[in-house]
Amino acid sequence: MAEQLLKVRGLKIEGRSDETWNQIVNGVDFELKKGEVIGLIGESGAGKSTVGLAAMGFTRDGCRISAGEVEFDGINLVNASAKVKRELLGKRIAYVAQSAAASFNPAHRLIDQHTEAPVQHGVMSKAESEADGMELYRKLRLPDPENIGFRYPHQVSGGQLQRAMTAMAMSTRPDLIIFDEPTTALDVTTQIEVLASIREIVEEFDTAAIYITHDLAVVAQMADKIKVLLKGDEVEEADTRTMLSDPKEDYTKSLWAVRSFQRPQKPYVQTGQTPVVSVSNVTAAYGKVPVLHDVSFDIHAGRTVAVVGESGSGKSTTARCITGLLPPKQGHIEFDGEALPLDYRKRNKMQLRQAQMIYQMADTALNPRKTIGELIGRPVQFYMGLTGKEKRKRVDSLLEEIELEPSVYYNRLPSELSGGQKQRIGIARALAAEPKFIICDEVTSALDQLVAEGILKLLAKLQDELGLSYMFITHDLATVKSIADEVVVMKDGRVVEQGPKDDMFKPPHHPYTDLLLSSVPEMDPDWLTNLLKERGVDNIGDAAVGKM
Amino acid sequence: MASILRIIAQRLALGIVTLFVVSIVIFAAVNLLPGDFAQLILGQGATPEAVEAIRQDLGLDQPPITRYFQWLAGAVQGDLGNSFAQANFASFAGTDVGTGQGSVAAQIAPRFENTMFLAGVTAVIAVPISITLGVLAALYRNSAFDRTANILTLSSISSPEFFLAYILILFLAVLNPILPSLSNIYDGMELSDRFIKTLLPALTLTLVVTAHMMRMTRAAIINLLASPYIEMARLKGISPMRVIVKHALPNALAPIINVIALNLAYLITGVVVVEVVFVYPGIGQLFVDSVKIRDIPVVQACCLIFAAAYILLNLTADILSIISNPRLRHPK
Repeated sequence: MAEQLLKVRGLKIEGRSDETWNQIVNGVDFELKKGEVIGLIGESGAGKSTVGLAAMGFTRDGCRISAGEVEFDGINLVNASAKVKRELLGKRIAYVAQSAAASFNPAHRLIDQHTEAPVQHGVMSKAESEADGMELYRKLRLPDPENIGFRYPHQVSGGQLQRAMTAMAMSTRPDLIIFDEPTTALDVTTQIEVLASIREIVEEFDTAAIYITHDLAVVAQMADKIKVLLKGDEVEEADTRTMLSDPKEDYTKSLWAVRSFQRPQKPYVQTGQTPVVSVSNVTAAYGKVPVLHDVSFDIHAGRTVAVVGESGSGKSTTARCITGLLPPKQGHIEFDGEALPLDYRKRNKMQLRQAQMIYQMADTALNPRKTIGELIGRPVQFYMGLTGKEKRKRVDSLLEEIELEPSVYYNRLPSELSGGQKQRIGIARALAAEPKFIICDEVTSALDQLVAEGILKLLAKLQDELGLSYMFITHDLATVKSIADEVVVMKDGRVVEQGPKDDMFKPPHHPYTDLLLSSVPEMDPDWLTNLLKERGVDNIGDAAVGKM
Repeated sequence: MASILRIIAQRLALGIVTLFVVSIVIFAAVNLLPGDFAQLILGQGATPEAVEAIRQDLGLDQPPITRYFQWLAGAVQGDLGNSFAQANFASFAGTDVGTGQGSVAAQIAPRFENTMFLAGVTAVIAVPISITLGVLAALYRNSAFDRTANILTLSSISSPEFFLAYILILFLAVLNPILPSLSNIYDGMELSDRFIKTLLPALTLTLVVTAHMMRMTRAAIINLLASPYIEMARLKGISPMRVIVKHALPNALAPIINVIALNLAYLITGVVVVEVVFVYPGIGQLFVDSVKIRDIPVVQACCLIFAAAYILLNLTADILSIISNPRLRHPK
């Protein structure tokens, strides 16, 4: 048996809030052999990233390792000096961050950042490292590997940056890499390429890795063994196949079972019915850059239309056109059969009231200085003209509607709420205008799966009670499956396919829909390998398939 | 690159418009000053005829709008007019128009040169010191060094300039006669001599401007230390000094450049007190003297130069901030 490279024993980490230290990781143990990959999985707040960083002997400001050992190749990183750690970091232990776009320094070229660690640690000369970088870029199938390094981070796409960051982590051929949610910010189709690249290069250089993610299906493709964390506690650890086929703990089982929520397909809309919202032949542009081309679809009363597509496909722009924030260049938008003025400034209060919006980041969509009562009370007063006691009554009933106790939450500030609760406030604020139609822009993508499911259930309940119509913007096909009645697939500002949900998930598909659907990771650990084989050696490369 | 040139052209045009507006404000303000030159120079016993004659002579009897456009037309052509104080009134026979000593340009030019020299020497000393101190304070933030640097620069900026000047004179000229306490510089001096004579006022001004620049450097850098790319650099095992200088500083340049520009503008326009203390013949003294004797053309010209200095330095700062942003330097 190969020797253990990393031993983490009884690791406890404390975080400081309000001048006191609270334990946030309550004793985690694991071991890693050379070339082995462990997946750390859990919801946000589970302490995955904290544990991942602690495995490098690093804690963020306001955190400290309070007990336990992190032994890397015989060196205890917990009490090692800063100098000893600096010798190891970037040389023998490397890190790949969640958002490559934020983790590359905007002021320097990719290759200069790539060569920094090898040169500073004296592993290679600058010229050697540059040549090696290009070789790694080629291995990771970045386009134009000789020149892409001479670009600045903002000149390269997100998926490419994530691969460049993996290349950077490989620059000194470390023994251990920590991957911290490296594909979470990417579209499904891009995610596959990055996953395949990471897996291939980790195998080629026999690098050990800690792979942190909240996505079970992803970790199933990447890890040899999986450890489940919950609020800083270990839940269980097992090798990947055992974990997937036979989870022991209830919490793990609930994670596996999430996404079971699914609404039945409603009967098809009868022809001749006037849609609540009708988008016809809309073409729009930001300045001179065209973003939407001839987009048309209808949304009927009490229905949910999911608009899916990758980032940049024009989903949110379509929403901006409907709300009048971005007046379309051509085409028109009808509400209940009546044409709406294209610019929101020309719409009357009634027209504005009828269409409301819920945003992706509840954090930034709520004014942090207003209490919940003020946040919801404002549209109640503005649109419905209620004041005083009546207003309070209405806000209370809205809070009850979103399943938050009015007496508890009325005077709270957004910062005192959890992510899911904030999103509920966003929903209540939209409901306050008593609209017929709500645009939900990626409302669940910033939330954990269990919380997201709660939000989806709430939206479904409200739809049944109030007969609301939703336009549901998302890139997540699982969400589409659970809530949509009709689906509109967008790509590059065009609608490529639309129809009832059941039809969309059954072949034959438009080739792009097919690509989207087949790119959603599945729980099967062989899924990625099989998919890559299926898609053929051409776009993945012989070496990759051979290795996998 | 083309977009940067366009931005520069736009800013430049905007600067010219601003200058034009400022010229109106200057003219209006100067004309609101109580009293007039003729009254002042002839004293209380002047006959109304004599006063009127001088007023006519200088064109002060014209309506303000006419005078403004005459002045503006001259200024645009580079002719800032003639100083009242230097005019020859003995004969009431008119001034020696546009020649030699009498022109405002001839009066201001050597003074302005001196001011620029002092500002230049101060900037060469103060800017590197401030940025270095700011970087070190950010590196050793919340340490004794950081606190000491903060307290010292804050106390120096909070003290009146003349006080700082006298302290420096006391220690560097009186107790330890290293530097001359009088900065009586003149034309045709050796550069080294001139530099030594300028050093004390320059050091005084350094004490005045360092705090802003240092604190902005420190704050701008610390502001970035929580960003993911700084964490990434640390996780690459890069030394703390290199993290700050290579990774934080290039991204913190824009605010630092702006504060430097503001302080340089101050060095050109606001150093009257220091000039007086060291008897340094700069433009600030000339300005104050001219206000005292209502030498309107000189006052207006000085104001215009001050405004232009502010506009030009801020313009330069804007352009440098834009250039320091790689997104604008290297578009997609």
